[in-house]
Amino acid sequence: MSLSGNLARVTDGKMPLRAKVASSVSRTAAALSRAAGRGDGSVIGGWIGLKIDPDLLAHLAAGRAVALVSGTNGKTTTTKLTAAALEGLGRVATNAFGANMPTGHTSALAKAGPTPYAVLEVDEHYLARVLDETRPRAVALLNLSRDQLDRAKEVAMMAQMWRDALVAHPGVHVVANADDPMVTWAAQAATSVTWFSAGQRWHDDSWVCPECGGAIERFQGDWRCGTCPLRRPKPDWVVEDDGVVDPTGAWHQVKLQLPGTVNIGNAATALAVAAQFGVRPADAVKRLGAVTSVAGRYAQVERDGRLIRLLLAKNPASWLEAFDMAEHAPTLLSINARDPDGLDTSWLFDVDFSPLRGRRVLITGDRAFDLAVRLEVNGVPFEHVRTFPEAVAAVPPGRLEVIANYTAFQDIRAELDRVN
Amino acid sequence: MSTEDLRIVWIYPDLLSTYGDRGNMLILAHRARARGIPVHTVEVRSDQPLPDSADLYLLGGGEDGPQALAAQRLNADGGLHRAVARGSVVFAVCAGYQLLGGSFFAKGARCAGLDLLDLHSDRGPSRAVGELAGTVDPRLGLPPLSGFENHGGRTHLGPGVSPLAQVTTGVGNDGVSEGAWRGNLLGTYSHGPALARNPDLADLLLRWATGLSTLAPLDDTWAHRLRHERQLAVQT
Repeated sequence: MSLSGNLARVTDGKMPLRAKVASSVSRTAAALSRAAGRGDGSVIGGWIGLKIDPDLLAHLAAGRAVALVSGTNGKTTTTKLTAAALEGLGRVATNAFGANMPTGHTSALAKAGPTPYAVLEVDEHYLARVLDETRPRAVALLNLSRDQLDRAKEVAMMAQMWRDALVAHPGVHVVANADDPMVTWAAQAATSVTWFSAGQRWHDDSWVCPECGGAIERFQGDWRCGTCPLRRPKPDWVVEDDGVVDPTGAWHQVKLQLPGTVNIGNAATALAVAAQFGVRPADAVKRLGAVTSVAGRYAQVERDGRLIRLLLAKNPASWLEAFDMAEHAPTLLSINARDPDGLDTSWLFDVDFSPLRGRRVLITGDRAFDLAVRLEVNGVPFEHVRTFPEAVAAVPPGRLEVIANYTAFQDIRAELDRVN
Repeated sequence: MSTEDLRIVWIYPDLLSTYGDRGNMLILAHRARARGIPVHTVEVRSDQPLPDSADLYLLGGGEDGPQALAAQRLNADGGLHRAVARGSVVFAVCAGYQLLGGSFFAKGARCAGLDLLDLHSDRGPSRAVGELAGTVDPRLGLPPLSGFENHGGRTHLGPGVSPLAQVTTGVGNDGVSEGAWRGNLLGTYSHGPALARNPDLADLLLRWATGLSTLAPLDDTWAHRLRHERQLAVQT
């Protein structure tokens, strides 16, 4: 990779000089970071660029038609699917590796150079700021549930932050999950909303109405507040069987290479966002079917005759989805509680691990003992292994499912890259 | 349900269940059944009347809005007060612990608590988040408390209660004492599934609730490894 080439390729003739320099330095730093083996460059470049020009993200986003994707779960996958759908229209800049704060957005846009489109995954906490700076055409709001509670805003506070952000940006079109009362309440602040229904396994963070504090009542997929008028909006896009019904009532089969019903829901969201850019769902579904893995998630790797599949599960809602995706095969669970995971492992007791009964279960990770106590109470027999290679050696050739939380997932991904 | 069953009620999981609070109910039921004690667990939602005849009641943590709502409903219901008057056991964590006192702060306002323990809570200068450890009141005969706390409150104990523990790591009530107990009522800032790391505390609650003076020992290898690991973590 030529650094001077990077410097010479100025992104956009309309950008102010300071932004051009910042963008160029940003790309160079990212390249240096990758070349030095210090990271994938998805954060450092943006960090340096924003130091030089605090408005760099706004300058880089100007002139692009932008879609944002935010929520507790499914952001990275939905971003990748949306970007795939829009690629039929032209080049798309995207933060495909889940670097979802403004530094990551800045790096992604600087690295891509000028593109007509951008699809950005946004950390829930940064939605207001990224709305300010990127002026998106559409923003997809997926779901809100408990996640890293020792650090993250509690769910009701997050919904309020989103609502305030949308009040401040009346022009943006919102694509929102009608099945999540917290998301619905936040999205109702927007003037223009497309509602999708992708189903929801996890309900334990939305029993209290965010509008009035009344009790949310649920019946067969529908929900309403028992006290105030807040209720489930009629969805425009609906998951039905292995496909999606669009607003005209036409059903489109979605053949994904990604496992689980949750990803059909993510596909429905991507189709609804892409429609805001003029992409017809019939055209987009073919592109979604070409997506194979997302930042290592769902990736299958062969090692010593074991076909290893990696599933990321960060919080109670996503563990339920992971059990649905995993095959009936030996399963390794790995749990850490480092900063990016949240330091608190209490959530382990919000997950019912009983679907794993009858499978051979191995456990590892920094906080394997927390998991051991949980599994004992849950009546799930397990074996503790100290390392990932020990787990691989312990199971016979064939499928090994690996379900891990964030840094545990990254650790195992790094181990697998080293042997491939 | 047989009258021989140990009856455990988890109060308002729809309002007070933010941090794996279900764990305390699961752990108590698991440890009782492992001793051959039949258990009947009941989850009572906030729109249902609270039975006053159970042996053991659990209160979990929660956000401000649900906490204030839970206090209103429990005071209006009166079931928990009647149960406590009968001698039932109450184990409360975090927001649930604050609820047991005379008052607490939620959404910037002072709210009336259940007035079952002589304590009141207000806001601290900063949020207490991290490992919590302490030496437990020797009258309870327990090893050190090990937990994780995440709360913005500070709790002031009156003469009618005793601190559960003296803090060695973390904040607890006020940086010095942690939790409180009186009779069969016990509260702690060690949040969520507090009993996962404190199996002896779980057994104390079971002894209170069953009236048994001893319980057969269980294999707590994994819980002890977890406690040991967390002790090392807070020492470094």
